[in-house]
Amino acid sequence: MGKSSLSITEVRDMMLAAAQRIIEAEPILTDADRALGDGDHGVGMERGMTAVKEALGGKDFPSVGKVYVGVGTAMMSSMGGASGAIFGILFRSGGKALGDATEFTAEGLALLLREGTDQVMTKGAKPGDKTMVDALFPAAEKAAEVSGEPITDALSAVAAAAAAGRDASENMIATMGRAKTLGENSLGKPDAGAVSVAIILAAMSDFAAGL
Amino acid sequence: MKKLINHPLKVADELVEGLVEAYNGECRFVGSRSIIKNDIPEGKVALLVGGGSGHEPIYHGLVGRNLADGAACGDIFAAPPPNIVFEATEAVNRGKGVLYLYGNYAGDVLNFDLGAELAEDEGIEVRTVLIWDDVCSAAPTDKKNRRGIAGLVPIVKLAGAASQKVETLAELEAIARKAVLQTRSVGVSMAPGSIPATGKPTFDIDEDKIGLGMGIHGEPGVGQIPMATADDLTVMMLDLLFADYEKDEEVAALTEGDEVLLFVNSLGATTMMELLIALRKAKAVLSERGLKVYDVMVGPLVTCQEMSGISFSLTRMDEELKRYWEMPCQSVCFSKMEGRYGG
Repeated sequence: MGKSSLSITEVRDMMLAAAQRIIEAEPILTDADRALGDGDHGVGMERGMTAVKEALGGKDFPSVGKVYVGVGTAMMSSMGGASGAIFGILFRSGGKALGDATEFTAEGLALLLREGTDQVMTKGAKPGDKTMVDALFPAAEKAAEVSGEPITDALSAVAAAAAAGRDASENMIATMGRAKTLGENSLGKPDAGAVSVAIILAAMSDFAAGL
Repeated sequence: MKKLINHPLKVADELVEGLVEAYNGECRFVGSRSIIKNDIPEGKVALLVGGGSGHEPIYHGLVGRNLADGAACGDIFAAPPPNIVFEATEAVNRGKGVLYLYGNYAGDVLNFDLGAELAEDEGIEVRTVLIWDDVCSAAPTDKKNRRGIAGLVPIVKLAGAASQKVETLAELEAIARKAVLQTRSVGVSMAPGSIPATGKPTFDIDEDKIGLGMGIHGEPGVGQIPMATADDLTVMMLDLLFADYEKDEEVAALTEGDEVLLFVNSLGATTMMELLIALRKAKAVLSERGLKVYDVMVGPLVTCQEMSGISFSLTRMDEELKRYWEMPCQSVCFSKMEGRYGG
């Protein structure tokens, strides 16, 4: 039986671990984006997550939601590009949906991902467009399914759903962003944003499992 | 790739700092990363440009006299974040509103729109005109999916001049829209540029191939063709432009007697020698069609590091646009003398 919920400090440290994992994955993300975009996603994510570490490291937050809003604001204001705006919208709107909660439960995870994914999708991407939504959307669906479980189990299931979504994006044709002009040539490779989402959720799950 | 930089993550900040120093007192560094003119008069309708860095001299090199009032500068090849757009907006606003004029890329639209929301919260009126001149990036009926490339230089020049004369933001918006509608570009790539932070090439292309219609970040265009001579390639590229004016129902076909600006741009590594050889052929092709070349621009103004490639842009001129073209303009990177043009 895993932990039923995480404290604010644990959530903060979990997001710091996710930030570190993304920074280490820069070469993987760069290569993924070079195949389909202009190759700047890895460096952009590294910059965004470096800003997340600065914004979160050693700080106290009044609620779980504020931690996620902090993640989004740091990414949005440091990265630029489509990814900066989209990750900013994801974590800021998801974090706001958590209200004043001081514990992070599987229900909170479902709320975070549902609201965050919905807001990202208002910018035009839908499942199947070969964007980060292809990792986010199945993750949000899975989170709703497992919202009664301990947070550690829920995170593990959600991370697996995101990874499956990332893999599925390999067989999609890009219709958004700079990759859209590739058409069928975009087949066979995952979307770099979906790769990032899968890495973040896997790192969150690994961190929670180790508590 | 050998790059003269200090730290991979400081490239954009340091290049904009350098640009401010190059202006030597005419412009200043604002907020996180914007460059703003020092002498914007009260009551002027402001013109703000911006986009990813790494394509110098655009966009930030187009801040200047009778050009843009400021530029919101993103990181290398990445749109400026909303806070930077907002800081630049506040800094250029003189009470008459701010026109955003930038290339149509998903990241730029997302971030400039978020920046505009922040500005509107502070009571600053913002309007947006997107530049989508790349005819190879989508069909004429699908302009929202077209990219902005080299045509932005004549468009910003025209809008910058107009911004000195207009009374309202709506007037400036209308002139910028006209300049965008009349401007079309086509580009090719022969070799990639590199990402300064990683040294990796932005895309791969065979040694003996040309990417026809490729975007300035290496986005694929209409396909790869075998390496060609300057003359053959020039004819092929200009034909794509003529065809686009013809196909597009929003704009008239180019016909005998029309006056056009011709801009021959290098993506970085292609030399002035090559540009001039292509330019010579382009003038001949335009002349054969009975088109009058109103003015010519040539040089590396919209680049992607050491990317090898060339683009042609045409802007059809009318009396109103000519008036704005004839105003002098000056920046560190792009200047035109005052006077009558027309060849």
